[in-house]
Amino acid sequence: MGEIRNVQIDIIEDAVKSLFLKANTSIGQDIYNALFDGLNKTEESPNGRDVLGQLLKNHDIAREEGVPICQDTGMAVVFLDIGQDVHITGGYIEEAVNRGVAAAYEEGYFRKSVVTDPLFDRRNTGDNTPAVIHTRIVPGRLLHIIVTPKGFGSENMSALKMLTPASGVEGVEEFVADTVIAAGPNPCPPTIVGVGIGGTMEKAAILAKRATLRPVNESHPESRYAELERRILERINRSGIGPAGLGGRITSLAVHIEYAPAHIAGTAVVVNLCCHACRHAQVTL
Amino acid sequence: MEAIPLITPLDTDTVRRLRAGDRVTMSGVVYTARDAAHKRMIEAVEAGRPLPFPLEGQVIYYVGPAPAPPGWAVGPAGPTTSGRMDPYTPKLLELGLKGMIGKGTRSGKVIGAMERYEAVYFGAVGGAAALIAKSVIKTELVAYEDLGPEAIYRFTVSKLPLTVLIDSLGNNLYAQGPKVYRR
Repeated sequence: MGEIRNVQIDIIEDAVKSLFLKANTSIGQDIYNALFDGLNKTEESPNGRDVLGQLLKNHDIAREEGVPICQDTGMAVVFLDIGQDVHITGGYIEEAVNRGVAAAYEEGYFRKSVVTDPLFDRRNTGDNTPAVIHTRIVPGRLLHIIVTPKGFGSENMSALKMLTPASGVEGVEEFVADTVIAAGPNPCPPTIVGVGIGGTMEKAAILAKRATLRPVNESHPESRYAELERRILERINRSGIGPAGLGGRITSLAVHIEYAPAHIAGTAVVVNLCCHACRHAQVTL
Repeated sequence: MEAIPLITPLDTDTVRRLRAGDRVTMSGVVYTARDAAHKRMIEAVEAGRPLPFPLEGQVIYYVGPAPAPPGWAVGPAGPTTSGRMDPYTPKLLELGLKGMIGKGTRSGKVIGAMERYEAVYFGAVGGAAALIAKSVIKTELVAYEDLGPEAIYRFTVSKLPLTVLIDSLGNNLYAQGPKVYRR
């Protein structure tokens, strides 16, 4: 048992605010490099190259002027890994996260894109809250926060399928590639494809979301999953959809798989799509 | 390929000359509208009420911009997925709408109506929102202020870079472009 460590709630609020301010106005160096290499090495299509050039230019403007990369500054997704020896003082953590989100979206001139009720009362909440919060209790005395503002052009193209064990690797490969290819231009290609395999349906969905956060130049640490990622990416990029769907070689920048143990009767697969603005930022407190 | 300069509103002759794959730069006025504004416009038409702006020859940009930071006419303002507006679009084309700016596929019904009423669907690059905002020189609120980012705004744009995705003959760059690179 470690000694209890107190963490003041204001620190969490401030951290969430800074992370969203940062995430919405810059893409990672990994994605920037992937777009740059796409433009200068891989992409043959003139339209595709034009699109990649615009995305790089867009990013330079956003970074230099401190404005968001995309007008869809997303629904605020927050992963909290809370050390079990952490004691949060001064208030409720979810309220603090939401205050941080609201402050960032106001200060950053970000679009507020959340409505109160999905069906009967689609009234804008006015401050982009509530955030979608995924909390885990982990060993230790630290608190790790990852934020990812999730745009819905790509989120809307995500899909779930409960495959049978007999579907095997080929079943997964086909479902993931088909989902991305069917999405065509809608999720703003080039995309990052997050895939969650195994667990229950919601477990697979959270794995898929986490998978989008991995740097695009990093493949899965296990070679058979890394190989599967590579094969699916190739299959997607043979589609010819290309940047913005105008035709070209680069439809996706990366396929990232995360997996979990599964039930004897099933293989849950979730595909979570993210546009090139696969924004995220993190801090350990 | 040299971009074709276009000035809004668009006339039928101009629309007829544009082909899928053409790069254009658009200058003049475009109106913003997304899901909620489309729903209200169609409700207005059905109730016999006037629309917030006359549609004849006009261009609608499917966008919900971010708020304007100091010194900007508008915040980042990239296209949203056009397909969500498909159920409302044929009626607006019938009433004289000549151009749409967005991203993503359109339904067969929309493409059919574009051929019948002679209109063009232009693509802006999804995700190039800050770059696009640089082409917007003026923003005025037109209607539905309560919808926030989904309200209708009149954008005055200068040399907004676009690509013709679907032309008035139904040629579709989303079908033609990928075919060239499919392996």
